[in-house]
Amino acid sequence: MPPEAAAPARRLSRLGQEVLLPTAVIVGLGLVWEASVHLFDIPVYLLPAPSVIWTDSVAIAGTIWGHTLATLYTVLVGFVVSIVISLPLAVALTSSRAVANAIYPILVLTQSIPKVALAPILVVLLGANELPRIVVTFLVAFFPLVIAIATGLMAVPSELIELGRSYKASVWQELHRIRLPYAIPFIFSGLKVAVALSVVGAVVGEFVNADQGLGYLIVSATAFFQVPVAFGALIILSVMGIVLFQAVVVIERVLFPWSAESGQNTIA
Amino acid sequence: MIEIGDVSKTFTTRDGSTVTALSGIDLEIPDNQFISLVGPSGCGKSTLLRLVAGLVPADAGRIAIDGTAVREPRREVGIVFQNATLLPWASIVENVLFPLKIMHAMRPDSRDRAHDLLRLVGLGGFEDREPRELSGGMQQRAAICRALIHDPAILLMDEPFGALDALTREEMSLELLRIWTEQPKTILFVTHAITEAVLLSDRVVVMSPRPGRIDEIIDVPLPRPRSFDMEGLHEFQDCAQRIRSLIFGRSGRRLAGAA
Ligand SMILES: Nc1ncnc2c1ncn2[C@@H]1O[C@H](COP(=O)(O)OP(=O)(O)O)[C@@H](O)[C@H]1O
Ligand SMILES: [Mg+2]
Repeated sequence: MPPEAAAPARRLSRLGQEVLLPTAVIVGLGLVWEASVHLFDIPVYLLPAPSVIWTDSVAIAGTIWGHTLATLYTVLVGFVVSIVISLPLAVALTSSRAVANAIYPILVLTQSIPKVALAPILVVLLGANELPRIVVTFLVAFFPLVIAIATGLMAVPSELIELGRSYKASVWQELHRIRLPYAIPFIFSGLKVAVALSVVGAVVGEFVNADQGLGYLIVSATAFFQVPVAFGALIILSVMGIVLFQAVVVIERVLFPWSAESGQNTIA
Repeated sequence: MIEIGDVSKTFTTRDGSTVTALSGIDLEIPDNQFISLVGPSGCGKSTLLRLVAGLVPADAGRIAIDGTAVREPRREVGIVFQNATLLPWASIVENVLFPLKIMHAMRPDSRDRAHDLLRLVGLGGFEDREPRELSGGMQQRAAICRALIHDPAILLMDEPFGALDALTREEMSLELLRIWTEQPKTILFVTHAITEAVLLSDRVVVMSPRPGRIDEIIDVPLPRPRSFDMEGLHEFQDCAQRIRSLIFGRSGRRLAGAA
């Protein structure tokens, strides 16, 4: 435990390390970008300057906001579907060798199919609506999550399992009092990957079939040579990815502080 | 009373070969005795503990507690492992209460009992801390409280102080003796430390490997209460020397034979 007085100072320097430094780097890169475009007279359809991206995007801010919400919706629904399906799937995978042998090849198969190629077929199958986009998002995002959860469920030390068994824990008790809590750090590593991949999946879905969303905006903007707007959409997508990733990090720190500090997640 | 009669246990390893972990084990443990198991690694000490705990079945022979055959884990048994194996997400007091929650045996005064036990082992005030905030020795004390929470008549301890430094180890041994005196129970205690075994036990069971069997059971004639001062007594030295010669004399011969 650090002395009480040192805590605020430490928090400040941490804030500097984690927020101010990367912000400064990004602002610096933006300035170099802006300067280069003017200095070398780069045409706007090749590489628009940040200022142009800003003014062109702000000009249609309302429209972009609508597209952003549409993409966010697909990302979140796809992400939640991934969680809801991955959890029981991982439990099933780790419950017995036979189940694992039955399911695992199918999971690997879903991963070997190129999602971009699958998307148009899904549109034919499921109709030109929300559903194929969500399915593509799910297919892109769920696999690392299943693997992470299954790894966590299997990583429980045998002594903990024996501890439960020595008090006659039922299968259910073993799962929800020992295995699942133990897997939480692993689950959150998986969630961080899955949320980032959900953004990728949603955009792939929108490329193929959408009348809304940032992916659709990029396709239609580039078709009409509105390159600054496409860049604007791209930047919003990255920001969305970062914000969602950080949201997962914060949720873990708030709900499971022991997990966030367990060393399983040294990245976040 | 724990009765172990002509018990054998063979494991089949992943590659299909078999290991005879225990063969022809005979041991009777009267109530409230303190018994230590010593012997080189691989001689089946942990396996014997697991058999008594009902965690693995014996291939042959009979294991009974108070006359009933052991077929599955039983309520009157508590276990302490080499590592504290506390649940990292639960506070110390929640860890201590874990067996009661699993067994649906929480009572209104259970929490008070957990606090009392923690105070008994010097962990008063740490009830709401998380395991990672405690040292290894403190974690192991909490694990002992967890094994005691349902007041088991039998305590099985598998090298419980193996991961601790020498000083903490001596301190914990004395603490265990104090708990055992205050709350008498049958203790089956696996250890690598010969002096620890002599200091704690009524009888020391010396085992040898491949196949795991009992070499000799040594009565420790020292009076109670025990203390580390007794290490100088010739009864203590005789016991320790006898155990040492049983373990090292044998492996010395084998080394000579292998050379
Ligand atoms: N689950 C198991 N599967 C296969 N072999 C085992 C298993 N448990 C123990 N053994 C083997 O049985 C023997 C005794 O092991 P153990 O009881 O752990 O010895 P100790 O605790 O005295 O070191 C060892 O040779 C070990 O490899
Ligand atoms: Mg062992």
